[in-house]
Amino acid sequence: MTTYFTKDHEWIAVDGPIGTVGITNYAQEQLGDITFVELPGEGTSVGKGDSVSVVDSVKAASDVYTPVSGEVREVNSALTDEPELVNTRPESDGWLFKVLLSDASELDGLMDEAGYKAYVDSL
Amino acid sequence: MSDTDHPEFEDDAPARLPLDAWHRARGARMVPFAGYDMPIQYPGQLGGIIAEHTWTRENAGLFDVSHMGQLLVSGEGAAEALEALMPGDFSALKPGRIRYSLLLDEHGGILDDLMVTNVTPPGAAEATFYLVVNGATKWDDIGHLREFLPDEITLTHLDDQALLALQGPKAAEALDRVVPGAAADLVFMQATSREWQGVTLGIARSGYTGEDGFELSVPMDNAAALADALCALDIVRPIGLGARDSLRLEAGLPLYGHDITTDTDPVSADLGFAISKRRREEGGFPGAEAILSRLAGGAATKRIGLAIEGRMAAREGAAIFAGDEQVGAVTSGGFVPTVGAPIAMGYVEIEHAAPGTRLTIEVRGRMLDATVAPMPFVAHRYHRQTPAKQQKV
Repeated sequence: MTTYFTKDHEWIAVDGPIGTVGITNYAQEQLGDITFVELPGEGTSVGKGDSVSVVDSVKAASDVYTPVSGEVREVNSALTDEPELVNTRPESDGWLFKVLLSDASELDGLMDEAGYKAYVDSL
Repeated sequence: MSDTDHPEFEDDAPARLPLDAWHRARGARMVPFAGYDMPIQYPGQLGGIIAEHTWTRENAGLFDVSHMGQLLVSGEGAAEALEALMPGDFSALKPGRIRYSLLLDEHGGILDDLMVTNVTPPGAAEATFYLVVNGATKWDDIGHLREFLPDEITLTHLDDQALLALQGPKAAEALDRVVPGAAADLVFMQATSREWQGVTLGIARSGYTGEDGFELSVPMDNAAALADALCALDIVRPIGLGARDSLRLEAGLPLYGHDITTDTDPVSADLGFAISKRRREEGGFPGAEAILSRLAGGAATKRIGLAIEGRMAAREGAAIFAGDEQVGAVTSGGFVPTVGAPIAMGYVEIEHAAPGTRLTIEVRGRMLDATVAPMPFVAHRYHRQTPAKQQKV
């Protein structure tokens, strides 16, 4: 399994044809206390860069963009009752949705962990 | 103390608060607001908007509100001069008493909301009033007051004073440990002054959270020492702008520039209490004709509270519907910690303003169910005069 990162602070962990998407620890720190997560419908077709989820914090609502195109296969229903999982475990239990990749070459434009860390340090 | 000209800071970097370094040393996240870099929240286990909000409801929170404008209006006829610009009965306001008021334009639109305190010293021949105005509007307010106050009235911008708000059920205990005796002399909407470490503190029992609390005007060079002395107590923590907003929203208190503007008037904003009885009878304030006719006949719209089902927040600009018809819009809202649900404030047509009315709010293509709710959403806990004390007066 390989994890990639976007400049919009999403991560995608790819295991075969399925990618699990969430927001990074840096992103949740910036957003503050998360109170609601709007998830995409299972079976929805999404295009790379589409806003497919919204993370609502006490401060503001923020779009989450899918790093890859494909079909939403599963959403993290635990977030309905416990949206704060995105704060406490953003890069594990606080994942948002799983997508069946339609074009694995889209991953080539994303950052690896070291690249993302350098990017965040530059902000 | 100085008589400041309008600084052209619109294009400049945000200005620094007197406590800027104090906030940064505590790791606060700073954001631009009202022309200043301001702390939105502090770090750590007890930091973050929800924790800071809850702390203030249970203990005492210290807010830096030095971005707000502190003004003195003095001279013979100062009360009457203020009455020409606002609907308060300042002639009847005794020294040491505070009134919430509204700066109005000629149509009765709200230029700003503010606190007016009679700070006339005992025995003084001329009255002096202390005004606290919003940070984002202070330069416009100063310009407006300059233009419309008579020449014999002196306007002074206290731009070397910091302003700290100490708010929460333990605020009086905290103040008493730093400035002994001051809290016991005051009830809600009263003010006094005290010497502290060689400087004068202006102390008002008022605030913007719905809790008991104080607003402390302190020379900026002494602000860090006062903040340190208060935060050294285990019942006081610094609280950011984020929790200030969620606390005031739960308290049903409007935010200028959002819930009240020049396009809203005191009657539709449900701030009729700011129009004193004598002023209702006599008029003589800007927009009096329009405002008094609305008071008598009712306004077409009203500022209301909305309790929203689910967890999704509705924010400023969201359209409010009764069935298929848009009947208003949200002016501020969010998920608030003490209520534990999303709430909002907004304006709706008067037929839809009664508490209990079922409405829907459109957010990102979804229709959220909402109910018109009485405000405040969280009961005010101001320290009001006890009946026994009132008899003594």
